[in-house]
Amino acid sequence: MSPVGQDTTGQSSDISEYRKREQSITLSELDGPAADGEAADARQELLTLNFGPHHPATHGVLRLLVTLQGEVVRDIKPIIGYVHTGIEKTAEDKAYWKVIPVVERMDYLAYHFNAMTFCGAVETLAEVEVPRRAEYLRVIHMELNRIMSHLVWLGTSALDLGAISMFWYCFREREKVLDLFEMSTGQRMHTRYFQVGGVIEDIPRGYAEKLGAFVSEMPGRVEQYRALLHSNEIVLQRLRGTGLLDAARLLEFGVTGPLLRAAGNPWDLRKADPYCSYGDFDFKIPIGTVGDNYDRFNVRFAEMDESVAIIGQALEGLPEGPYITSDRKVALPPRHELATSMEALIHHFKLVTEGFRVPPGEVYYPIESPRGELGCWVRSDGSAKPARVHMRDPSFVNLQAFSEMAEGGYIADMIATLAALDPILGGIDR
Amino acid sequence: MKRARAAIKRASVSDRSIGAPGEGLGARVDPERLRVRELGSSQLLRGGELEGPTMPAHLEGADLERHVEERVLTTTLDKAVSWARSNSFFPATFGLACCAIEMMSIVAARTDVARFGYEAFRASPRQADLLILSGRVSIKMAPIVRRIYDQMLEPKWAISMGACCSSMGVFNNYALVPADKFLPVDVHVPGCPPRPEALMHGVLKLRKMVLDDPDMSWRERYGAVGTEEALPGA
Repeated sequence: MSPVGQDTTGQSSDISEYRKREQSITLSELDGPAADGEAADARQELLTLNFGPHHPATHGVLRLLVTLQGEVVRDIKPIIGYVHTGIEKTAEDKAYWKVIPVVERMDYLAYHFNAMTFCGAVETLAEVEVPRRAEYLRVIHMELNRIMSHLVWLGTSALDLGAISMFWYCFREREKVLDLFEMSTGQRMHTRYFQVGGVIEDIPRGYAEKLGAFVSEMPGRVEQYRALLHSNEIVLQRLRGTGLLDAARLLEFGVTGPLLRAAGNPWDLRKADPYCSYGDFDFKIPIGTVGDNYDRFNVRFAEMDESVAIIGQALEGLPEGPYITSDRKVALPPRHELATSMEALIHHFKLVTEGFRVPPGEVYYPIESPRGELGCWVRSDGSAKPARVHMRDPSFVNLQAFSEMAEGGYIADMIATLAALDPILGGIDR
Repeated sequence: MKRARAAIKRASVSDRSIGAPGEGLGARVDPERLRVRELGSSQLLRGGELEGPTMPAHLEGADLERHVEERVLTTTLDKAVSWARSNSFFPATFGLACCAIEMMSIVAARTDVARFGYEAFRASPRQADLLILSGRVSIKMAPIVRRIYDQMLEPKWAISMGACCSSMGVFNNYALVPADKFLPVDVHVPGCPPRPEALMHGVLKLRKMVLDDPDMSWRERYGAVGTEEALPGA
């Protein structure tokens, strides 16, 4: 036996013995019919493994029933519902503006998006005009949120692949985003910053400078992450060619977001159906080529860059004006008016006790969340509470494609595929 | 006063190495010398040397009292054990919802929980002694949470992080169950979600609790002795 790493045959000098041996292992004999009695039976034996709901690599409380043949995944059955919170039902019991904090806690890494899709739906129903400054502030916060979500995804996914240092770097940058959130909204997570008709407060003094510093710093950080992972042999081996699924099949499942874009389909609601002044900004839609885990990583890296570009443009072109609609029927009057205006006092009282009424009708308002198309369907019966709120959560739809992505691969690749899928169980179970 | 004492102790440790003078830590220890040292430990306590001019202890009376007081720290074994325990919790890697993200960030760089010795999260409940309930517990999840807690070995503690698992938080509905209904929770951390600093404060409160209340299982702590469902050997 020649020592590992030494080439003794002299045929190809750049492939080591170890690599050759690794490449010679094929799965075909596992697939083939039983050749000789006992040994073949042992190979054909299936093992069903319960994976979760408490498992560090399932990114939440997802439970998977995985059937294995040796190390090869033959069947996956996801079982969900372990963080079912009854958010949609709770929303029916609350006035429109009190629903916002409840839906924010759904997909807990995309709280501004959850609030946006609900507020957008209600604004469409109630025909509320949103000021341009409010739209720009919303874009800034949503894109910051997208970066934050991708950072948490990158940190935890790299952790699943065995790279712990990525976690420290990503969470360092995440803290910077959360500092910005805290400065403008008062909270780190679940900020309830978006309000029907605009945002709840203007950005404070000094915020623009701090955001500007972040915008100028972040592209360099993304470049560092890229340098750390993209020339890493282990990462490449784990990601390239694993979890492959083409765009046509993904569309059949209804998969959207970075997963679909990684397979080469440039579908992004920010471009396809611009909402909230996204038409004003100049940005690109990063796409992949084949749709393996490597493409999914790359697409999210590039999306962080694009988000930074959007924030920069929104900050530069931030229009002056009100940050919330002047329609007193849906937005609270300013505090100082309460002391002088009887009308303002009445509006305040009506809003705080009953809330505002929304004309009967139904609307579906889709936006592009970090994980794909996030839509909110609201039906109103004319009262101050929604008759039905339904969320189309991208994680839920994307999870359907998971078994097809991971079947036929190794169980270790299944972990990488699940990480690249980026499911948020709070959004799936709601 | 305390600081001076510590300084004296440090000096005395570095003065006498186990091997011969000049030998490093990696040096071979002569078993004969080790035996002499063992026999002479009372000699050392009384202010003498193992060999040399002060070989017979020369301190007597008040001097000896003072010498011993400066060198020896006495405590009960329980206290020493709970001191060690309270400074090295092994939390279970167990996330439920939003709070799990903030729980992850206490390990990250800004609020580095490793400063206090709680950074070693364990994926197996058998290796963990602290369960941080980070997020909302649904009725479907509650039996699993309880099972994970039961799989942990005594002594063990539980922190309920955030409003949801303490009081169902903003969702007061059919789907959730507060942790106190099925789990002996030691510390509740308020917030939705709590900041990492708040969680750290909660863990340090638990540290104080463990220091003050050593070596009790949760049944003893909460008066639940006799509620075991399956008695050993039954």
